Amino acid sequence: MNRTTGNSPFSQPDEHGHFGRFGGVFVSETLIAALSELTDAWRAARDDETFWAAFQHEMAHYVGRPSPIYHARNWSQQLGGAQIYLKREDLNHTGSHKVNNCIGQALLARRMGKTRIIAETGAGQHGVATASVAARYGLPCVVYMGAEDVRRQASNVYRMKLLGAEVRAVESGSRTLKDALNEAMRDWVTNIADTFYIIGTVAGPHPYPQMVRDFQSIIGHECREQMVKLAGRQPDEIIACVGGGSNAIGIFHPYLDEANVRLTGVEAAGKGLHTPFHAAALGCGRAGVLHGNRTMLLQDANGQIMEAHSVSAGLDYPGVGPEHAWLQETGRVQYVAASDDEALAAFHALTRAEGILPALESSHALAHAARIAPTLPKDAIVLVNLSGRGDKDMHTVAEYGGLQL
Amino acid sequence: MSRIAATFEHLRQQGRRALIPFLTAGFPDLEHTVPLMHTLVEHGADIIELGVPCSDPMADGPVIQRASEQAIACGMTLRRAIDSVAQFRWTNTHTPVVLMGYANPIEAMGYPTFIARAQDAGVDGVLTVDYPPQECTEFAAALAAAEIDPIFLLAPTSTETRLREVAAAGRGYLYYVSLVGVTGAATLDTAAVAARIPAIRAATGLPVAVGFGVRDAASAQKIGAAADGVIIGSRLIEILEAASDAPEMHRAAGEFLGSLRTALDQPHGAAQ
Repeated sequence: MNRTTGNSPFSQPDEHGHFGRFGGVFVSETLIAALSELTDAWRAARDDETFWAAFQHEMAHYVGRPSPIYHARNWSQQLGGAQIYLKREDLNHTGSHKVNNCIGQALLARRMGKTRIIAETGAGQHGVATASVAARYGLPCVVYMGAEDVRRQASNVYRMKLLGAEVRAVESGSRTLKDALNEAMRDWVTNIADTFYIIGTVAGPHPYPQMVRDFQSIIGHECREQMVKLAGRQPDEIIACVGGGSNAIGIFHPYLDEANVRLTGVEAAGKGLHTPFHAAALGCGRAGVLHGNRTMLLQDANGQIMEAHSVSAGLDYPGVGPEHAWLQETGRVQYVAASDDEALAAFHALTRAEGILPALESSHALAHAARIAPTLPKDAIVLVNLSGRGDKDMHTVAEYGGLQL
Repeated sequence: MSRIAATFEHLRQQGRRALIPFLTAGFPDLEHTVPLMHTLVEHGADIIELGVPCSDPMADGPVIQRASEQAIACGMTLRRAIDSVAQFRWTNTHTPVVLMGYANPIEAMGYPTFIARAQDAGVDGVLTVDYPPQECTEFAAALAAAEIDPIFLLAPTSTETRLREVAAAGRGYLYYVSLVGVTGAATLDTAAVAARIPAIRAATGLPVAVGFGVRDAASAQKIGAAADGVIIGSRLIEILEAASDAPEMHRAAGEFLGSLRTALDQPHGAAQ
């Protein structure tokens, strides 16, 4: 069920990892052999039923899948238009969609005989998911995290340590997610024989964007079955937030060939797209090369990468997965942005209306749903990927409201 | 014959090895880039690799990362790095200069503009760390058409097939990354490097230069016994960093390079 569609115009990437003019393998020669080894291993695993059987088993018994879809009746009624449904990735073990991919890559690591796991993390969600999975499989784990993020996300750092991972603070560059990714790449290049690098989003060099997408596509495949049972049909529109874009590609990909389903990605507009404080690589960026692939990037006139900004640390990335850049260019998916204020408003609205605390990342998708729902008829169906839970964001939300916890 | 090919040919005739220092453009500041290039030549550099600083130097260790950050903070850009080469050429028309950096600044400028400016300035080679040959065929062809050598990396992990592919794409020289790791790492195994060189030579007629872990005269000499050139980067940057003032920086850089030159020019058996 995780296979991509065969003869679709969207059956990308090509064998070298290109999605149109985006994607590819833009890395130093020192990583080429490791990526070839990974690509070969991934191709073999992808065609192996026993690999997917093991994946499905873990999804059911460790993660708790399938995650339910919930009809948010109260909130829909308040908004006065379309019916809003939520794909509850927040109910997964470890609290977000991130774990789907970590399980998949950890199974691949074991299959390849790798004995050490590394990962990068921004807010800490991917780090926590990786640390959990590493504990589950008994693999030593090092998580790279920007020093600035280590400071901002102290409780997630502690969680990772409890899970047995070593958290290394990265002091270079802007000391955030992009620098953590650079440092993880440097570790990988140095320890290439025994180490598996679990990238947390649909970025990085080929085969990562494709591989992470294939693991996360379980989200959209479940939705296709669940929506028919629950609502009698597929949704009119699907909305997901986009940082690197793994939860969005996961829910979009199985729907790419359904021309009647509108797909909308929501980037972080931060303090506003007219300011330098946002993370809208698709909305405001230019094409370039970062972290092993060609994609849309926030950069200055000289081609130096700029710092992204968002109230949600998980969207705080100056690039975006190359498949999203391509889907934007083809027009199949539309990309919009929601500001910090709009995301916070949606956070509070859903929390009070439904008793569900969404992650601030997912709140950007909710913000766009809140924007369009009132303009749609009452029988329209909007499906939002609720990619994670908001418990991790209590401090940020309180601070934003002028409170100190 | 390109300036790089001529340099290696001249050295070959003399039975000598190329000494190739790497300098981050704009480090420690804008005004010292060109004078430092001249200092390096005065003390024995045959070719200069001028690093174009990048915000995300994925293949570099902490020393060159720091230097890149400082250079960017000083205002160094790809445009200014090219201008530095043009200025260097006012008084030096014989020493080849290779621009070494990452793809994004080149893409931001647009590669046709980049190549035209580099050619005007007298740039001899371009090494783009995150442009492996298969991702930059047009760019490499356009460089070659402008008589600028596209220079590519080879790694200890490169397979035999890969070695032939890279050798076919490269010009000027092949840059052999001497270790599994980032620039400036302290784990260089000179014997392993020497053992690998014959396989590379079998795949290419290009000179082979070795870099990434060479730190002193002894390691330079051992590498020089097997390769056509020795690249030295992080250690040189550390020496510049440690200097208390500008005259001391030039003196220390010159002294260090001179020691490498002397070691490299000794008979090849002397390292054993």
